[in-house]
Amino acid sequence: MAQNYYQKDRETMPVEDLKKLQSEKLVKQVKHVYDNVEYYRKLMNEKGVKPEDIHGIEDLHKLPFLTKADLRDAYPYGLLAKPIEDCVRIHSTSGTTGRRVVAFYTQNDVDLWEDCCARAIVAAGGSNKDVCQVAYGYGLFTGGSGLHGGSHKVGCLTLPMSSGNTDRQIQFMTDLNATILCCTPSYAAYIGETLKEKGMGPNDIPLKAGIFGAEPWTEEMRRGIEDTLGIKAYDIYGLTETSGPGVAFECSEQTGMHINEDHFLAEIIDPDTGEVLPEGEKGELVFTALDKEAFPLLRYRTRDICVLSRKKCSCGRTLIKMAKPMGRTDDMLIIRGVNVFPSQIETVLLNEGYQPNYQIVVDRVNNTDTFEVNVEMTPEMFTDKLSDILSMEKNLANSMKIMLGINPKVHLVAPKSIVRSEGKAVRVIDKRKLV
Amino acid sequence: MAIKQITVFVENKQGAVVPITDTLANHNVNIRALSIAETNDFGILRLIVNDEALAEKTLTDEGYLIKVTEVVGVKIGDAPGKLTAALEVLSKSDINLEYLYAFMARTEKHAYVVLRVEDNAKAEAALEAAGFHLITDADICKL
Repeated sequence: MAQNYYQKDRETMPVEDLKKLQSEKLVKQVKHVYDNVEYYRKLMNEKGVKPEDIHGIEDLHKLPFLTKADLRDAYPYGLLAKPIEDCVRIHSTSGTTGRRVVAFYTQNDVDLWEDCCARAIVAAGGSNKDVCQVAYGYGLFTGGSGLHGGSHKVGCLTLPMSSGNTDRQIQFMTDLNATILCCTPSYAAYIGETLKEKGMGPNDIPLKAGIFGAEPWTEEMRRGIEDTLGIKAYDIYGLTETSGPGVAFECSEQTGMHINEDHFLAEIIDPDTGEVLPEGEKGELVFTALDKEAFPLLRYRTRDICVLSRKKCSCGRTLIKMAKPMGRTDDMLIIRGVNVFPSQIETVLLNEGYQPNYQIVVDRVNNTDTFEVNVEMTPEMFTDKLSDILSMEKNLANSMKIMLGINPKVHLVAPKSIVRSEGKAVRVIDKRKLV
Repeated sequence: MAIKQITVFVENKQGAVVPITDTLANHNVNIRALSIAETNDFGILRLIVNDEALAEKTLTDEGYLIKVTEVVGVKIGDAPGKLTAALEVLSKSDINLEYLYAFMARTEKHAYVVLRVEDNAKAEAALEAAGFHLITDADICKL
């Protein structure tokens, strides 16, 4: 298959040239941040690093890290590197785990971000002949704006649907011939369920590809979405702190996501020691924004655990690839001393023939963690025999125990009874934090 | 021959059954018999109604998770020992009984038993051979 690129010179740049480009940008960016962001200047001074010490990417490790806690401390203007009059946009994280984080954008920042999303759309087979349905939430959340802008840059006819109102999504999709769907994977799965309920199948909708991100999902979930919607499903990665979706994207080979490393320099570190790990080792992903003007984070710790690989890709892109993150370090729950990633629960459900609609409820009773998983019953599995349903719960609990090493209590609940907010499912309720 | 039973998944919370029976009443569906099996998490409401197709559509439209199963309906005399006689037939024929529930007819001197077994045809043959009268969906409609 002929490969298409949105910015071929950058996406297929020889690695040596790319590293040279990154080095030049890094030197400039460190000076920009040091001169304009007092918060980071202090961190550098504490570490005894001056902009003159940074000659290229080989010196990156000398710079201090930024964490989400820094972003909260510096809220709202503490990390802003441009005067407000140069900024044109704000986006914000959902703020569910603490104080909100706001990110600022100049027009150049928006352009760069939209270019990254355009690369993702083209890599998923998109062109100006496509109709791109953007069903990510619009607003402070970066999903909607990012893919919307990318879709414009590619020249797709853009349907700015935002999330929700699934009947209308399906109607627009069919009436206006949408070929590409952009949304969270859990919303894509929900659209699939709704189609099924309407007695419609993959052949009744014109979609050919989907670009799904903003929450962790598994290969099993990908296959499920691909089957119900009759599409090829592409992963996209990003975070508000670095711009939004499009920091990394999947190509046709689908063996990891290419990082747009001409803009975002990636490292993998040991999350405990902060030590940089060699390529191929698993650790925490750290990004340095090389071009961002208004909110240029240096060595920002994403809390995402993954692996980087520069293995040659059949798509021709030279951009380094990141494996699908196993989950954010702050998504990870520690229950009775055991690490639990919600994505592991999802894998079990899909393996056992359930929809990935679940909610983990953790609490502490008499100094012991309780671990409950609510799972939506499926119409296919529902039966009039109580004993059968009880053994379904028991089997699920057993499979989860094998996967996780600890025993959950599984409750089967009615379909669609687990809340879906703006297409992003609420997967974890940790009541222990309230104490 | 078997009769159709509708099973509804019910969340175990206060008042969860009310909207179900209310919906059926609004559509003029008459409940002939029902049983509930419950755990701490959920309940399974099993219904025999006068208009199974209408009840099935109504509950599905309302978004309930339902399952239609065929069960055996048998007519027994309204007197001590009659149920035992019917159950003995199943036991002797090696038919495993999952669950049962019974209801009375308004006018006749009869009771009806709903039997859930693995093999409906086998149970029906055994009961008929022992002289029992089986009931059908058509009979339920007329009750």
